[in-house]
Amino acid sequence: MIAKKSITFIAVLVLALVSFKGFAGDEGHHDKGNTIDTPDEIKEYIGHHLKDAHDFHLFSDNASGKHYGFPLPVIVWTSKGLKTFMSSAFHHDDAGHTIVDKGDVKLTKIHSKIYELDAGATSVNFDETHHATNAHKVLDFSITKSVFGMLLAGLLMLLGFTALARGYKKGKKIPTGFGRVLEPLVIYVRDDIARPNIGEKKYRKFMGFLLTVFFFIWILNLLGLTPLGFNVTGQIAVTACLAIFTVIIYLFSGSKDFWAHTLWMPGVPVILRPILAVIELIGFVLIKPFSLLVRLFANMTAGHFVVMSLIALMITLKEAFGPVGSTGMSLVLALFISVIEILVAFLQAFIFTMLSSLFIGMAVEEHDHH
Amino acid sequence: METLLNDFSVGLFVMQAVILLILILLMRKFAWKPILNALDERETGIEDALKSAENAKREMENLQASNQKLLQEARTEREAMLKEAREIKTKMIEDAKTEAKEEAEKLMTQAQASIETEKKAAIADLKSQVASLSIDIAEKVVRQELSNKDKQEQLVASLLGEATLN
Repeated sequence: MIAKKSITFIAVLVLALVSFKGFAGDEGHHDKGNTIDTPDEIKEYIGHHLKDAHDFHLFSDNASGKHYGFPLPVIVWTSKGLKTFMSSAFHHDDAGHTIVDKGDVKLTKIHSKIYELDAGATSVNFDETHHATNAHKVLDFSITKSVFGMLLAGLLMLLGFTALARGYKKGKKIPTGFGRVLEPLVIYVRDDIARPNIGEKKYRKFMGFLLTVFFFIWILNLLGLTPLGFNVTGQIAVTACLAIFTVIIYLFSGSKDFWAHTLWMPGVPVILRPILAVIELIGFVLIKPFSLLVRLFANMTAGHFVVMSLIALMITLKEAFGPVGSTGMSLVLALFISVIEILVAFLQAFIFTMLSSLFIGMAVEEHDHH
Repeated sequence: METLLNDFSVGLFVMQAVILLILILLMRKFAWKPILNALDERETGIEDALKSAENAKREMENLQASNQKLLQEARTEREAMLKEAREIKTKMIEDAKTEAKEEAEKLMTQAQASIETEKKAAIADLKSQVASLSIDIAEKVVRQELSNKDKQEQLVASLLGEATLN
């Protein structure tokens, strides 16, 4: 019964996401108060989308200048302590014009970042490179759009998989309903990612992390393809955090053999061993996590960039091909890339999990030949 | 690179770390553990079922083999019994035949012996009859000879004729 409910919930959510697609198609035209029709404006708009945001913005009405969406809570740690308020206080301003006065501190938002004005200042002064001179960034723990996306993904995962787990508890050996879709995915991660890379004996300990990360990344990647405009896995802080989790896990579960091989490689001349140790350490502590975080970040960001640029073609090519030609062309190309992006969404989740388990496998491996 | 670093939000990083940690712990407790345990259970169940099926099959095969063996044994036994019976039969017939033959021979010899005795008795009787007849004839001949020579010869001739008829 509960499983059925959660499936209905997911179905409603999916429908909601799909139904917004119509609005998103016109994103290029009507998003802001004034029409975006020059390449520079489009570039700025895309750049803005790729960044995190403090409110959940769905679309705007061009004629009335109205914005549709909902505000999200802002939680910042300022020099005067923790301050919380809703992002609607900024009135969609992103250039540092609106100052939110919280009694002892004045806060403003510039390019999706919250700044605290220095004591005594009443408005933000900019230098010639558009950097604020009398304000500094604050630690921002807001429920931003990305955090909201993560919470949503987490909620979806909890609902879907606890339903599957409860199905088993009821004594049914075979899942029913949506569990039939989820179970093969779990088996896939276990049998094709974790088991071959980590090894039959030790894989079980890391399943919690690997499964969570796989579905977390995948769901967030897919959410990023919806017109809701999430770009969570395209936030470098998010991918860095994921990569650092992997590093911590494999460094702390490294076997004696792993450290022996890393720090004092057997079978090579003694003079070379310290050099190899440095190389190996840099590899495991810096290069491997860096490759993980950059791969995911770059792939997702590039995907968003390409899809949005192709949608923007209907504006940039309007003069050359006419409104129908440019719209048709952008539609076909964007559809094509979107299909590829669906594949990439899975692929990146797979690669991240695969490489994580590969690194964990390297660390927990025990050599029995000496 | 500078924009990348500028875009790196420490707050988002912290939020992500907290959310991910909580999510991993929650998912592990409420989802992954029961799911993986159930999967393991099911897989071992399937494996056990396959194994027991294999065992059952092997047992069946064993049973069939022993059945076959039993059948074979029964067949050879039957064969042996039949053979024995046949032998007994032929032996009995053989025995009966020899016995009958012996009996017949014995009977034959007895019959021959009695025939011989009968024959001897008959011959002896014949001999005595011939003797008495000869004596009779001789008596009559002697009597006739005493009366007439011709008549004597006639008489002998007629008597001889009579004798041949007898």
